[in-house]
Amino acid sequence: MTTKKMAIIATKGTLDMAYPPFILASTAAALGYEVQIFFTFYGLQLLRKDLSNVMISPLANPAMPMPIPMPVMVQMLPGMESMATMMMKQKLKKHGVASLEELRDLCLEADVKFVACQMTVDLFEFDKSEFIKDVEYAGAAAFFGFAGDTDICLFV
Amino acid sequence: MNFDKEFDASGLNCPLPILKTKKALNDMTSGQVLRVIATDCGAVKDMQAFADQTGNTLLSNTEEGGKYVFFMKKK
Repeated sequence: MTTKKMAIIATKGTLDMAYPPFILASTAAALGYEVQIFFTFYGLQLLRKDLSNVMISPLANPAMPMPIPMPVMVQMLPGMESMATMMMKQKLKKHGVASLEELRDLCLEADVKFVACQMTVDLFEFDKSEFIKDVEYAGAAAFFGFAGDTDICLFV
Repeated sequence: MNFDKEFDASGLNCPLPILKTKKALNDMTSGQVLRVIATDCGAVKDMQAFADQTGNTLLSNTEEGGKYVFFMKKK
């Protein structure tokens, strides 16, 4: 039996959108898939050693369940993003959902390969020393080298 | 039912019960049985799906006092 493969493109750097790539990648790896995640644009934030800047905002996110209805004018106030992030993290913990750090570690333990988009690193002038060490830097063509042979390919 | 190893995934949510099952099986030999306890009701479908896709055998799947108990035989 040939090994199944999955490729994911992770483009978002918010707390809610950080979960799907790591959950799907770690689970696929547990099912025996060879997995690669290509991090580009804001998705690069998910490769930082320190993930505390990965946050969630109720602003422009009307589907986010809030404990009390909150007018947009209030959501704009300073500190609201930190508060929403703190509340979301408490909720995740209460329901036994793994932290991003834990899921990312589980991906690495299961040999999920992390590839960072070199162009975006240059564009945003990111400092590679702020990223975890288990990252390769490449471009779109390198992504297709793997993605072309996959069974599942997702854009998140 | 006899088992060789067990772990309690109570309180853990998707995908942790599956990931930890996979890890536990890694340290076992073919034919050994793993007992897993979980509270995540999604694990019922997921454990079967895990077994179907990995070739391990889900010997049984029962509910005891609000907890789900699985016996997984390693391929």
